Amino acid sequence: MSTLTLYMQYIVNGLTLGAIYSLIALGYTMVYGILKFINFAHGDILMVGAFIGLLIYNGLTGGEAADPGAWTLIAFFIAMIISMIACALLGMLIERIAYKPLRNANRLAPLLSAIGVSFILSNGAAWIFGTQSRRFPYPFNNEPIHIGAITITPHQIVVIVVSVIMMVLLTSFVSKTRMGKAMRAASLDQSTSMLMGINVNRVISLTFAIGSALAAVGGILASFDFRVYPSMGTMTGLKAFVAAVIGGIGNIQGAMIGGVLLGILEAVGAPLLHIPNGMRDTVAFAVLIIVLLVKPDGILGKNEREKV
Amino acid sequence: MLNFFQLILIYAGIYAIMAIGQNCITGYTGMLSLCHAGFFCIGSYATAIICKVFGLSFWLSLPVAALAAGLVGLLIGIPTLRLKGDYLCIATLGLGEIIRNVATNLNPVGFSQIPRASLFGYEFASRYKVPFIILIWAFVLVFYILFQQLAHSRLGRAMVAVREDEVAAQSNGINVTKYKISSFVLGAAVGGIAGCLQTAYTLTVQPGSYTFMVSVMVLCTVVLGGMGNAKAVILGAFIIQFISYLPQLTGLTNVIPAQAKQIIYGLLLVVMMLCRPQGILGRDKYRYGDPRTRMEKLADFFHRSKKAKGGRA
Repeated sequence: MSTLTLYMQYIVNGLTLGAIYSLIALGYTMVYGILKFINFAHGDILMVGAFIGLLIYNGLTGGEAADPGAWTLIAFFIAMIISMIACALLGMLIERIAYKPLRNANRLAPLLSAIGVSFILSNGAAWIFGTQSRRFPYPFNNEPIHIGAITITPHQIVVIVVSVIMMVLLTSFVSKTRMGKAMRAASLDQSTSMLMGINVNRVISLTFAIGSALAAVGGILASFDFRVYPSMGTMTGLKAFVAAVIGGIGNIQGAMIGGVLLGILEAVGAPLLHIPNGMRDTVAFAVLIIVLLVKPDGILGKNEREKV
Repeated sequence: MLNFFQLILIYAGIYAIMAIGQNCITGYTGMLSLCHAGFFCIGSYATAIICKVFGLSFWLSLPVAALAAGLVGLLIGIPTLRLKGDYLCIATLGLGEIIRNVATNLNPVGFSQIPRASLFGYEFASRYKVPFIILIWAFVLVFYILFQQLAHSRLGRAMVAVREDEVAAQSNGINVTKYKISSFVLGAAVGGIAGCLQTAYTLTVQPGSYTFMVSVMVLCTVVLGGMGNAKAVILGAFIIQFISYLPQLTGLTNVIPAQAKQIIYGLLLVVMMLCRPQGILGRDKYRYGDPRTRMEKLADFFHRSKKAKGGRA
């Protein structure tokens, strides 16, 4: 395999990874856009989503033993939708209990509360499901497809297609519907939009619901590559946050671009710089520091000065 | 039982030292850092490498650990501390994970059978806990006094000003970045020293023990006691360690799941933020306008009648 095709292969793998990062980054960016705080528990909602998806899928099909076919594929999407709904409710619940009372507190308070929630979720999952990692069985025949010298597995195609559909849906929701308009207004100026008759509490609830549902999808898609375990959300969530920062936090298109960019950088950068596999996480972190140094507002972010 | 109480005393001391460092970063300067496990790890490794690989004294490893942890804090602080607090929190979380990652990749098994620390010919052995308790709490006392002094100094006041309002502090001529970085480096160095003490006690170092969990425990300690209050932080360390050893103390190790304490820490963070964000004891109130120390105030109080008008204030 020539070097060029090898790197083409890395880019394909990076795109898959990046699509997942984008989905998760959307939740961070949407919440940050409105509430200006980092929802630390987002990564753990992803984990909960993956667990719910896995349990429902296994319950419907019998798990590993099932032969991939039409039914497993349908079961996979049923599991994904139920997991999305469950995570949306969980996200709204967390917001209602742990963040809403702190909306007017100092900036540190919701962050600390979010760390607490994240800890409860990941350790609660470890208690209920055990700490061992589980494989998410492929609901379809995962025979690699060769296009020229590049190999694509069907699961990569599913990951990319599902992510694109989700992002298109989200973009049209935010730009076309009334509620989407309300969301944009609330992220621009909360008190003014309240005066204009927008129910900001409902908008915030909805933001958490959408972000968490997307995280559930991201979690299920990520579990093909990374398996399902209680602490899976920490590193994946961290990287998705890096993606959101790269794109410009608070910006929805930015999160999508940032996710894909980070995925490709990670997949290409590690072999290019001869970074051992165990240190791959360092790449994302190095990227974060470079972005913060060079362009702290990200690719699409606006430069906002802090006002007194 | 007595054994566990001694263990609690030792670990409460180690966590109190770490929490004093974290308190400097989070309590005084108001920066949410989540990588104390990383600094702790650096300190532990410094002791392990100096004592085991180079065969030098434990006491030499203390300044080395403080310097190493401080240096890492400086390197990470310069790019990230210029930015808003939220970024710092994620960047430091990443740093903590990466320090552990690097440690695991360089040496997956860690070090064991590290030579014991000795003082004036006395060897600190893990079997005898009382000398350790004295050693560790001596360090706690030193750091408590140092940071209490720091809080009253120009540096400490500048840090508090940065916490209260960055823009206002800046417009009063305070170099915000400089004080943020100094506070971060100081906190990191103290975290490193806590790592040395931990290694001196356990005599083994494993990369797996410096997880995010440790950082959250330290943060919990500070939040529980009261941010910006060194006394409260020590109280917090006791409570956290008590929760940590609760299954052993009550003899219910089989009933209480291993994750219970982590879940309690998480709940503590949320509940404290909702109900009592200032912590159990709350913030230390400093009267900056009054230069008298507590003893002088007490003396003035008793001598007021004699002096009539004109105290020192």
